Amino acid sequence: MSAIEVSGLTMRYGDVVAVDGLSFTAEAGHVTCVLGRNGAGKTSTIEALEGLRRPTSGRLSVVGFEPHRDHAALVLRIGVMLQEGGISPAVRVGEIVRCTAALYPAAVDVAELLDQMGLSALQRRTYRQLSGGEQRRVALALALVGRPQVAFLDEPTAAVDPEGRQVIRRIIADLRADGVAVLLTTHDLAEAERIADRVVIIHEGGLVAQGTVEELTSQAGRGDELRFGAPSGLDTAALSAYLGGWDRAPVTEVAWGEYRVGAGATPELIYALTTWLAYYDLPLGDVRTRGRSLEEAFLQLTGARSGRPEVLPPQPARPRAPALEPERERERLELTYDPSWDWDR
Amino acid sequence: MRPLLAQTRVELAVTLRNGESLLVTLGVPIGTLVFFTLVDVLPTDGDAVDFLTPGVLALAMLSTAFANLAIATGFDRSYGVLKRLGSTPLGRGRLVAAKTLATVTLLALQAAVLVPIALGLGWRPDVETAPLLVAIGLGTVSFCGLAMLLAGRLSAMVTLATANAVFVSLLVLSGMVVPLDRLPSVLSWTSRALPSTALTEAFHGSLDHSGSVPARVWPVLALWALGTTALAVNAFRWDPDH
Repeated sequence: MSAIEVSGLTMRYGDVVAVDGLSFTAEAGHVTCVLGRNGAGKTSTIEALEGLRRPTSGRLSVVGFEPHRDHAALVLRIGVMLQEGGISPAVRVGEIVRCTAALYPAAVDVAELLDQMGLSALQRRTYRQLSGGEQRRVALALALVGRPQVAFLDEPTAAVDPEGRQVIRRIIADLRADGVAVLLTTHDLAEAERIADRVVIIHEGGLVAQGTVEELTSQAGRGDELRFGAPSGLDTAALSAYLGGWDRAPVTEVAWGEYRVGAGATPELIYALTTWLAYYDLPLGDVRTRGRSLEEAFLQLTGARSGRPEVLPPQPARPRAPALEPERERERLELTYDPSWDWDR
Repeated sequence: MRPLLAQTRVELAVTLRNGESLLVTLGVPIGTLVFFTLVDVLPTDGDAVDFLTPGVLALAMLSTAFANLAIATGFDRSYGVLKRLGSTPLGRGRLVAAKTLATVTLLALQAAVLVPIALGLGWRPDVETAPLLVAIGLGTVSFCGLAMLLAGRLSAMVTLATANAVFVSLLVLSGMVVPLDRLPSVLSWTSRALPSTALTEAFHGSLDHSGSVPARVWPVLALWALGTTALAVNAFRWDPDH
């Protein structure tokens, strides 16, 4: 049995369908990241799992309990960190953590928890006197004080400085090691890529993908690319032809003087590119290679455009570099290539 | 029991740390009592302190059980405090109990401050315990119900503004400071339908030497207590977004 099981969940508010037949699972000892744009249905789903909302239809199970019906049993076993904190600004750090500990029959040692969170020195401060990152850590402490089997963390690292992020990441790693099922939401896809064992992507109330980060980023593997800087206005069609043809290595000028080659950055490709540029005596700016990021996978899966189109059709080239017949050109370049050339000379 | 007491302590700590709530719950009643006793501007017969004290005690109840509770709960709701507590083992029942306990503690604190001041200013009450306690009970429930009705539906800022406006209006209209018979007759008759007026009259009846509690205050207080509680239970939203 999975720690969290969602099957056919539908949440309707009047005429608005917030969640539509959603199914996924999350395991104990795993960090599961729920991704989705604003309004995708993340909050409704998580609040249904916390038992705060009654599902319109579908089945939910959290460590074996039906969240809404078995609310009293459930709340002893879950910890919730809200995005908005849910903490009165006038309350002191030590006060609210101790009070929350008193709500649970088997709470952790408060002094130890505060120490682990790096909050010991801030006990006498009121919540409003804390920085954004410190406030997130207090909210996290409240979620963990009751030794939860499932932790629901809503945007745990939003507005947190790099040092605070380290603390929060370490604590999430500890939870995972202790066998806690961690379900977290974030808009920071790089953060999700870093900490998630599994990712669940929700779009318009339904599941669009779930799996490990690797599984998601390698799906539909159009992600590999090589980017380079060169003078604007290159004949991209010619370069693409030289690099192996539009189908295998499409070249587009994605911004002024910034080019993208839609192909895996093999040494051969880089060699051919630099050779072509050298032939026309063109300068080369930075060259970057990378695989597809979770962000790109997310944007593709949720049907978004990232602002820079992934593949543009060849643009009519401004005649800067002469467009030569590619096969002949390649031959000539290969002929002039001398492997004994001393590059350091 | 431990969760209830822990939550009550936090509720009290937050209120007592908050300057505005201290001003409303202690500053205004003490100021009113002392100022109008020492400065003879009120159109009262006899000793001003004998007229003022029952009204000021009712005013103190209004400030704590209505204004302060409404404002604090409104902000709790908007900060998501209520939502967070909804996913802890505290539960709604114990949260309401904690707020009630905190309110009753504050009322006792107010009485402990105001009564000695009034006695020092020359107040000599003639206490009828039973009607006094019933009036305190019904008055507290009416004010709390009204507070929860506002805080459970309106945004924090609108709750704050509305609670303050209602507080000041009731202060003026309920015979707490200005005697009812000095108000225009339409106002003074409408005013008798208010829970704050009924409470003030009940306090006068059970604390003044002359007279007793007029029977008409009981149905008024009972109806407000039942009505606001029923409405608040139905209208209250725990979540700030709904």
